[in-house]
Amino acid sequence: MPASLAETRLISPPGDKQFFAPHFPRPSVTKKTSTSAEPAGAAPAQREDFSRAPVNARLTADAKIELFRQMVRIRRFEERSLRAYQAKKIGGFLHLYIGQEAVAVGCCSLMGPHDHVITAYRDHGHAIAVGMDTKPLMAELYGKATGCSKGKGGSMHYFAPDKNFWGGHGIVGGQIPLGTGLAYALKYQGKKGAAMAFMGDGAVNQGAVHEAYNLASLWNLPVVFVIENNGYSMGTSQARSSAGELAKRAAGYDMEWGQCQGHDVYEVRAMMDHFLTKARDQQRPSTVEIDTYRYRGHSVADPDNTYRTKSEIEEYRRTKDPIQLFQGKLIAEGVLTEAAAARIDEAARAESELSAEFAEASPFPTPADIQSDVYWDSDNPSERKSKGRLFFD
Amino acid sequence: MPVITYREAIRHALAEELERDANVVVMGEEVGQFHGAYKVTEGLLAKFGPNRIVDTPISEAGFIGLGIGASMLGVRPVMELMFWSFYSVAFDQILNNAANVRYMSGGQIHCPIVIRGPANGGTNVGATHSHTPENVLANHPGVKVVVPATAADAKGLLKSAIRDNDPVFFLENTILYGEKGEVPEGEHLVPLGLADVKREGKDLTIVTYGRSVLHSLAAASVLEQEHDISAEVVDLRTIRPLDIDTVLKSVAKTHRVLIVEEQKPFASVGSQLAYMIQREAFDELDAPIHRLATVDAPAIYSPPVEVEQLPNPQRVLQAALEVLA
Repeated sequence: MPASLAETRLISPPGDKQFFAPHFPRPSVTKKTSTSAEPAGAAPAQREDFSRAPVNARLTADAKIELFRQMVRIRRFEERSLRAYQAKKIGGFLHLYIGQEAVAVGCCSLMGPHDHVITAYRDHGHAIAVGMDTKPLMAELYGKATGCSKGKGGSMHYFAPDKNFWGGHGIVGGQIPLGTGLAYALKYQGKKGAAMAFMGDGAVNQGAVHEAYNLASLWNLPVVFVIENNGYSMGTSQARSSAGELAKRAAGYDMEWGQCQGHDVYEVRAMMDHFLTKARDQQRPSTVEIDTYRYRGHSVADPDNTYRTKSEIEEYRRTKDPIQLFQGKLIAEGVLTEAAAARIDEAARAESELSAEFAEASPFPTPADIQSDVYWDSDNPSERKSKGRLFFD
Repeated sequence: MPVITYREAIRHALAEELERDANVVVMGEEVGQFHGAYKVTEGLLAKFGPNRIVDTPISEAGFIGLGIGASMLGVRPVMELMFWSFYSVAFDQILNNAANVRYMSGGQIHCPIVIRGPANGGTNVGATHSHTPENVLANHPGVKVVVPATAADAKGLLKSAIRDNDPVFFLENTILYGEKGEVPEGEHLVPLGLADVKREGKDLTIVTYGRSVLHSLAAASVLEQEHDISAEVVDLRTIRPLDIDTVLKSVAKTHRVLIVEEQKPFASVGSQLAYMIQREAFDELDAPIHRLATVDAPAIYSPPVEVEQLPNPQRVLQAALEVLA
């Protein structure tokens, strides 16, 4: 097997031992409004073939198809949940992951038994990628008792500790200290693993993120901070919200950092494998910035035409759709056929439909359920040590 | 029974729990090499080493959040806030993440963290360092709030807090750190949510907690000696869960209530207590419930005046006489 170009790029440049070199000349911070005018050096035809990176080269055909299937499942789940939202089956916010599928799937596909994930409120993709069943996920959106959080969390608050998935958090950047704490726990308990703490590009300006960066680097914690840069913090473009390059801020904390394109699941895996390995083996944190794009508004209730154009969305969808691109690659590799891809898509549609039927048929929690799951003590009365009144009605 | 300081009692509780459970970690600003800003953790670094006694940067949102995340994976962090007043910069971590994660996950995650440190006025450090957030904290279902008044309670409650599976916020008092008291030898646990009648009486119930217990006991002595009034002093010890039964039992005996708290009065712990007492013991009351709180303004710096802003024995005495008038 020839040494991958990706491998050689992962070696830090001479004289600069600390930092992972960005893969490509970066478009300016206004890149999201000029996707058709990328520098020639970044044109897809001349870019690295990340399928040759060792972490991808060793994938079996089935494993590659599984990556594709996961992305399709996320896409169809999200589309089905959007229809449910439009039918007023779902309350509150619904932050869809459509367009970003390769990021969660690429990252979570690398998880070992002691690797953990935490993310913000755009969490459906990560939940599916770590292996949560779509039925309780959809039921949670419907506010049903069969939901993954019993209808108590909603779209932004999915959790599956049995799958090393710690949410699903609503406050921008607030989950990043928690993810750093997961890494602290791994280190304290002597487990060889890493935490992936996901955030959006809007989170990098929150103080809690920077406090977490400092602690992670200072204490050599095995965490990879993953910035999913979809170009917009709600309706404010990166150019209008953030000075400088986002991942590069890690340099101020003596942390390695990297950037990659998030529409190529192979590329995501190649970069993440490097940094996850570094976290697990060397107990060093890093920050990665993965360029991606969301096709829908910040939340589906939000207007999506005040800060970007339809043509920008269409351009991305046409040239960089992560599922279409990967499907094309797998067909070119001879791993997948058009017919097999169609069958996977059909199964994903059917699965999402079943999840909606399950959600629809499930009961709501009752008012009596409002006060369960508040305290460990009240949920475990026979083992409770404390006395006194816990609730004040 | 050995007589030790409130500070030593907390230190002993930490040391015993560190000894008992390898998951316990003490973390905070200056807790290690500096021996603690108030010397509570003095000597623990030498005994338990830097993996168990962890100095943090001045970064409350970061390290408190880190502790919460670690607790979700089974570590039992005991986080020191140099002042509870600094909770405001970690508010999202404490009251969104620690308080809500169990609920929002449908009971899948619990968060056995203790956050401890002093929360009091009276040391002339101005408004930013004199907050008493027990009402704010206790307003969040999912958390427990403890405010010990004596060395024995501080030790027994902290040990229980560290073993508790819910987030426990433990509010100490810089002025009490040097106060001495008898502390039982050996394993001494005080359950959370159990009030303690610190002095028995028949004419008036003073419901209080924290340093105000000491003021109330001092005032009760004067009431007895100079006014022939027998005041019962009920120390809540824990704000949430709340031992309202002990309070109501005392009210049924004395029929008059004074609440004393080092809180600003608006929507304070005392407000909640007054609501509950009138709701649950209306027929027992022979007089309106009275409350003595901190004078309603940000904490004043001026040393002699701050004494008058806070509850003190003289103010408690006057308030008690008003209830009995």
